[in-house]
Amino acid sequence: MDIQALEATCRQVRRDIVTMCAGAGSGHPGGSLSCTEALVALYFDVMKVDPKNPKDPNRDRFVLSKGHAAPALYGVLAERGFFSREEFARFRQIHSILQGHPDVKKCPGVDASTGSLGQGISIATGMALGAKHAGNPCHVYTVIGDGESQEGLVWEASMAAAHYHLDNLTVIFDHNGLQIDGSNDQVMSLGDIGAKFAAFGYDIIEVQDGNDMQQVLDALHAPACPGKPRLIWLHTLKGKGVSFMEGQVGWHGKAPNAEQCAQALKDLEG
Amino acid sequence: MSEKKAIRVAYGEALAELAATNDKIVVLDADLSQATMTNKFSAAYPDRFYDCGIAEANMVDMAAGMSTMGLIPFCSTFAVFAGRSYDQIRNGVCYPHFNVKFGFSHAGVTLGEDGGSHQAVEDIALMRVLPGMTVLVPCDANECRKAVFAAAQIDGPVFIRTARLPTTVFEDMPFEVGKGNVLRDGKDAVIFTCGVMVEQCLETVEILKNEGMDVALVNLHTIKPLDSALVRAYAAKCGKVFTVEEHSVIGGLGDAVAAELVGTGAFTFRKIGIQDRFGQSGKPADLLKEYGLTGAQIAEEIKNAK
Repeated sequence: MDIQALEATCRQVRRDIVTMCAGAGSGHPGGSLSCTEALVALYFDVMKVDPKNPKDPNRDRFVLSKGHAAPALYGVLAERGFFSREEFARFRQIHSILQGHPDVKKCPGVDASTGSLGQGISIATGMALGAKHAGNPCHVYTVIGDGESQEGLVWEASMAAAHYHLDNLTVIFDHNGLQIDGSNDQVMSLGDIGAKFAAFGYDIIEVQDGNDMQQVLDALHAPACPGKPRLIWLHTLKGKGVSFMEGQVGWHGKAPNAEQCAQALKDLEG
Repeated sequence: MSEKKAIRVAYGEALAELAATNDKIVVLDADLSQATMTNKFSAAYPDRFYDCGIAEANMVDMAAGMSTMGLIPFCSTFAVFAGRSYDQIRNGVCYPHFNVKFGFSHAGVTLGEDGGSHQAVEDIALMRVLPGMTVLVPCDANECRKAVFAAAQIDGPVFIRTARLPTTVFEDMPFEVGKGNVLRDGKDAVIFTCGVMVEQCLETVEILKNEGMDVALVNLHTIKPLDSALVRAYAAKCGKVFTVEEHSVIGGLGDAVAAELVGTGAFTFRKIGIQDRFGQSGKPADLLKEYGLTGAQIAEEIKNAK
């Protein structure tokens, strides 16, 4: 897919995110908008997946460790053809395949149930280890949040990923700098994330603008570093693409009203 | 009948035996393989054994991930760490109903000298409230072996509680998940028990027999799904119902049996177990006595029940 088409897909997914949250009257738009490029790049350019055969044993795996960004994942999966866009109207409704956080038992294309922060990266690490054990050639990708790295489990998993030389694992760190109670620095300083993951044994690629499709693609297509798990450190903007949400901590877990939704969709035209 | 063997030893041996015929079996441990006895597996199958270091939560979620690759991971650690890794067991394994097994050892006060910080008295309660979880508490080495093999046949999470203390190996008994075993028939009272308390309760039944009481003894090795029909039938038959467990009387076998019997009749009912206390250091025999769990103490409790 050429880069203009990928960027157009990002705009469409962002419109999906906004309309899904507005329709449900709840959800997490801010952190969904910050990781949109990463998810679009993975599902439209990088990962080997087949929407017609979502359980193909040799498919690449994706775990949305920051499970609250479910609207971004649902948007990408629907645009990729895993299910109909009509499902968006049932986001967060009873009996929906689109639960508030991704549910592997309900939603085609979802590889792990996430939402309890820190668990996704640990499950992804187990997938990568299991793939090596079983001789499965797949690659495992996971997106974690910055606030999520305050969970100790992230570091338990990281120690194991390095110990078992999981070069079939790519961890994408969505560093938008904001969490529920404020900035990372106000809530619990993360320090030098690159140095921390490097010290744990990851190969690090830092991406200055994680909302720039070309930069994201370059990082995801960089050859693997034999024997090491990879961390792609994306500097992103929370609420990216929606004028009144960008960089605003208040849009972590709040849905736009009808008027705000209309404004957001206008911002995302083009 | 006099041979003694720790149930945890049978767990490690059973894994090695099972692995010979099932190539999907992998075993994870958290730096306790000398204690959970998974070293018996790792010695035979080093390339199917994954030490996760002292990180139980990560072990559980790694097992969850490995299960999605078609493997059947057995997670092994102390039962007390069921609490430490509970969110991972709940959300990482049970919520998606992944095919992960838990062989958690050193349960109960018979762990002994390490003391209350390490003696799980709440693990059964934690496990049985999780949707889709099967909970097994084998009473001896033979039953543990069968529990391990049965767990591998179940598509979903299974918790197997094992003990450190060497206990009597009984004659071979049938084992079917969800089906209790009547070890002694009787009509005056019934004891429902599981795990290492079976050994004590056999003594109880003998003591009471000598005093003219004909007591039935039922081994409920499966706490969940509970053998409802057997529980109801023996309660109805005997009228006096006693549950005996090396676990808190809150949330364990006793409560499972009580819940089954509510509204089904009028019974004398007593839960014998750890009475809302933590454990402590000591020799296993001294601890059983301290917590009222010896065969003789159980017999006394039953005799005195009105």
